[in-house]
Amino acid sequence: MTSLSTDAIPHAQSYRGLVARRLAILVGLAAVLVLSVAVDVSLGPARYALGDVLRTIVAPGAADLQMRVVIWDIRMPMALLAVTVGASLSLAGAQMQTILANPLASPFTLGLSAAASFGAALAMVLGVAIFPAAVGLMVPINAFAMAMAASLLIFGLSTLRGVTVETIVLLGIALVFSFNAALALLQYFASDQALSAVVFWTMGSLTKATWGKVAITAAILALCTPLFARRAWALTAIRLGEARAAAMGVPVRRLRLEALVLVSVLAAVPVSFVGTIGFIGIVGPHVARLLLGEDQRFFLPGAMLSGAVILSATSVLSKALLPGAVLPIGIITALVGVPFFAALILTKGRKAW
Amino acid sequence: MVSLALEQVGARYGRREILSDATCAPVAGGGLTALVGANAAGKSTLFRRIAGQLRGPGIVRLEGAAPHDLRYMPQDTGMSAALTVYESVILALKQGGGGWRLSAAELAAVDDVLHRFGLADLAQRQLPELSGGQRQSVSIAQTLVSQPKVVLMDEPTSALDLFRQYEILEALRRYAEETGAVVILALHDLNQVMRACATTLALAEGRIIAAGPTLEVLTPEMISRLYGIDSRVERCSRGCPMMIVDGPSGQARAG
Repeated sequence: MTSLSTDAIPHAQSYRGLVARRLAILVGLAAVLVLSVAVDVSLGPARYALGDVLRTIVAPGAADLQMRVVIWDIRMPMALLAVTVGASLSLAGAQMQTILANPLASPFTLGLSAAASFGAALAMVLGVAIFPAAVGLMVPINAFAMAMAASLLIFGLSTLRGVTVETIVLLGIALVFSFNAALALLQYFASDQALSAVVFWTMGSLTKATWGKVAITAAILALCTPLFARRAWALTAIRLGEARAAAMGVPVRRLRLEALVLVSVLAAVPVSFVGTIGFIGIVGPHVARLLLGEDQRFFLPGAMLSGAVILSATSVLSKALLPGAVLPIGIITALVGVPFFAALILTKGRKAW
Repeated sequence: MVSLALEQVGARYGRREILSDATCAPVAGGGLTALVGANAAGKSTLFRRIAGQLRGPGIVRLEGAAPHDLRYMPQDTGMSAALTVYESVILALKQGGGGWRLSAAELAAVDDVLHRFGLADLAQRQLPELSGGQRQSVSIAQTLVSQPKVVLMDEPTSALDLFRQYEILEALRRYAEETGAVVILALHDLNQVMRACATTLALAEGRIIAAGPTLEVLTPEMISRLYGIDSRVERCSRGCPMMIVDGPSGQARAG
């Protein structure tokens, strides 16, 4: 940085200040995330001291077997899955809101989670496996297949001539209603046992976390994030309006289709693992937007971090609210998240939409 | 020397032909050029066709400038992103390429364009807080921050107050003079055209029906043909040509 030339330009200097503040906010969010994950791992039905937990994480060989299994095989995958799923859903929501120019857009508005729920219910109620080769994993695989089918449908329709963002959002909402109706029909004919399984699945839960799921969601994030990052300036420009972005040379249509593909994968995989945790996809991006603005260089990591923090903190709450029990996380995100979110947008609203 | 010429340029939306056979001799850079014509005459279509956003027959001939040296400013000013004015101008500059980092030279270019167009005081304001006129000025700064050699602006002064109209047109004229750029403005206010633009292109029936020095193009006959309005040209107390409107001419105007 050449301080001499920036001294002569006051606005450049205050812009540098703004950038520094934003970097500090990102570091702060990361620190909160680390703290939240640590608390998440230390909480659970079996009570361990925080020091013991940290020792087991750092040196698993020295810890006793039971504690090692609880921490490494149960709590760590859950805590980390909260991070990767939170980050994925929030990133997906952020880019959906960006490319569709709609504050309500999220992978869920477009029917992805409704489709996933329907796919999961197909497995649980009728025992139908979309890919019969993997019957053991038919619930997540069905959920993923239906979510991808829904987004491919949206994608296919978006490539038609004359389809506007409003049309895409309306089609998504139509998909939500269709899949919800199909789900209700399945539930109507379901046995009591299958019905409770479906209801529990749709509430969203991290309890089925495994290291494999953590690895898959992390790999997808690692794959998609650089692809969005490369387009940071163009994605930010889209928020100035389609005409203006096109005038700046942004290939709006192509960018929108590319983003739609990435968003579909980013959202479909986590949803198939943890069920419906829809709220993160809307709140994560809005929190990031309020804290960091919409320059994607900060908004992109910010949305991921805020989504991860929210879901991780929710995981902590789901264990802390009712000692000895783990409440379904989808319920907590909505019950605790909504008032927090309302307070945030009402007090800090910048009229960005 | 930068110049822009059109040879039998056409464009259509779906099956509806908007432009047919638009031809004009090279428009030279260094001053402001007005593009005038009635509503729906095809001014925006012509701009989008020149900018490469629409395809069609004919040739857009650029001399002394490459297609990426061209910037088109659309009329819409609806900017609601959570960005400061400063950030939004950086954004426009960075679309040309380059990584996430900003050089001192890039920041200096942003500062310079904000000063030029009287936006320095608004630099740290959020876009949604701006008035319509302020947004329009910001969008002019966004268009010019990369120092394009060919600039097409769709009604750049439509949301500005009288003083700002004068100020912005003067700043645009200076920009053209200093950079030698071709700057074409679609304008409705013919008094602005007479005051600020050295040359004028008149568009009607999808073709350019007249082109040349402004006062030679904007004759009472041409104004009547374009707009169906009877008028005469007089001089203001400081010597500027002014159009006085007498009333509708009662004859069919060119579409």
